[in-house]
Amino acid sequence: MNKSWWKILAVLLVLFSIIAGFLFHVPAKPILNETIRNIHFHVPMWFSMIVMLTISFVYSVRYLRNSNENDDLMAVESANVGIVFGVLGLVTGAVWAKFTWGEAWSNDPKQNSAAIALLVYLAYLVLRNSLEEEQKRGRISSVYNIFAFPIMVVLLFILPRLTDSLHPGNGGNPGFNTKDMAPELRPVFYPAVLGWILMGVWITNIRYRIRKIENKTLGEN
Amino acid sequence: MDLFNQIKFLIRKEIMLELRSKYALNGILLYVVSTVFVCYLAFRQVSSAQTWNALFWIIMLFASVNAITKSFIQESRARQLYYYTIASPKAIIISKIIYNIFLMILLSMIALGFYSLVFNNPMGDPMFYLLSVLLGSISFASIFTMISGIASKASNGGGLMAILSFPLVIPLLVVLIKFSKNAMDGLDRSVSYDEIGVILAINVIVVTTSLLLFPYLWRD
Repeated sequence: MNKSWWKILAVLLVLFSIIAGFLFHVPAKPILNETIRNIHFHVPMWFSMIVMLTISFVYSVRYLRNSNENDDLMAVESANVGIVFGVLGLVTGAVWAKFTWGEAWSNDPKQNSAAIALLVYLAYLVLRNSLEEEQKRGRISSVYNIFAFPIMVVLLFILPRLTDSLHPGNGGNPGFNTKDMAPELRPVFYPAVLGWILMGVWITNIRYRIRKIENKTLGEN
Repeated sequence: MDLFNQIKFLIRKEIMLELRSKYALNGILLYVVSTVFVCYLAFRQVSSAQTWNALFWIIMLFASVNAITKSFIQESRARQLYYYTIASPKAIIISKIIYNIFLMILLSMIALGFYSLVFNNPMGDPMFYLLSVLLGSISFASIFTMISGIASKASNGGGLMAILSFPLVIPLLVVLIKFSKNAMDGLDRSVSYDEIGVILAINVIVVTTSLLLFPYLWRD
């Protein structure tokens, strides 16, 4: 029980953000109108994706240092969950863009960068599939993961700031900061971010444990 | 032998190998020239500066993937093992990167020359465009060398190379295209300083991570 408090917290926070996100009062802004509610769903997906991919990076580094196969499992499972969050982020973003910018794909640098970042991690999975032997697979895919991560950081955080973007906080606009956001959104937004990140960690944890059991039964047979 | 001497010898070895079996080098040069010619026959004439620039970088992208894929796959396992016993992994990756930079510069100069010969286009700031092509070849060489090392470990290295490298090279390509477009339009040079900074920063990141990671990659 005392170990599962954060899982309960995750469920409560996500439930709260869904209910509050749909029902609470939001500021009426031109163009955005009621679609502003999407901020509680779209943005947390990206935060969670970045957290999951960072976890994957950290575990890849650990794998190269100690060759413990569990670290490799953790790296690939957090990358998997990160990719799911990334896809959800793209989908929620596309729906939002359809209503506010007019088209689902508006050639926005952040949108493009996010799609490319997903390609990088899908390539990571393809690379894993093409390697048969476990230790070699772990080592080489870890090398690719670590090599790709800094480039992805450039892609997601530096390039969109160099060009004009429809997203807030780009193209010379002030960055994403607490001052830009309407105060009434914050009590829902922050819990949503934390809730979804915890959710991601939880899903990764479950998948990691399933893989470990699978490996164990494989070894016994 | 210290690192510097090892690198010098390994680069000499690469160049000698290349000159002895000229087919690889000639093959890649022929590849560029025929791609440009295919594009010429398909397009006939490029109307806008933007298309001209984009087409050039696409040709460069495919040519450089083709040129650099072989840098690790070409060598037999036994020979690689031999290098690893006599040289440090750092020396091997640095020498490969430097050799590939030379190769890419040669390749890009020929590509640019032939490309601007067939597709005639007024250039605002030719020297700066040349700089963008040079920076582009250096960056392609540094990224693709490491990726080709990774891809060579998998069973179908050649096919994997494109999948692994394209998404990683896109950020660079976006910045390069913007930089070279600025040069084509003859904008003031200070406009492009941001882009040059980002390209150099990406190169520094890529070379450092390659140096850190290559020792883990080659051990089999």
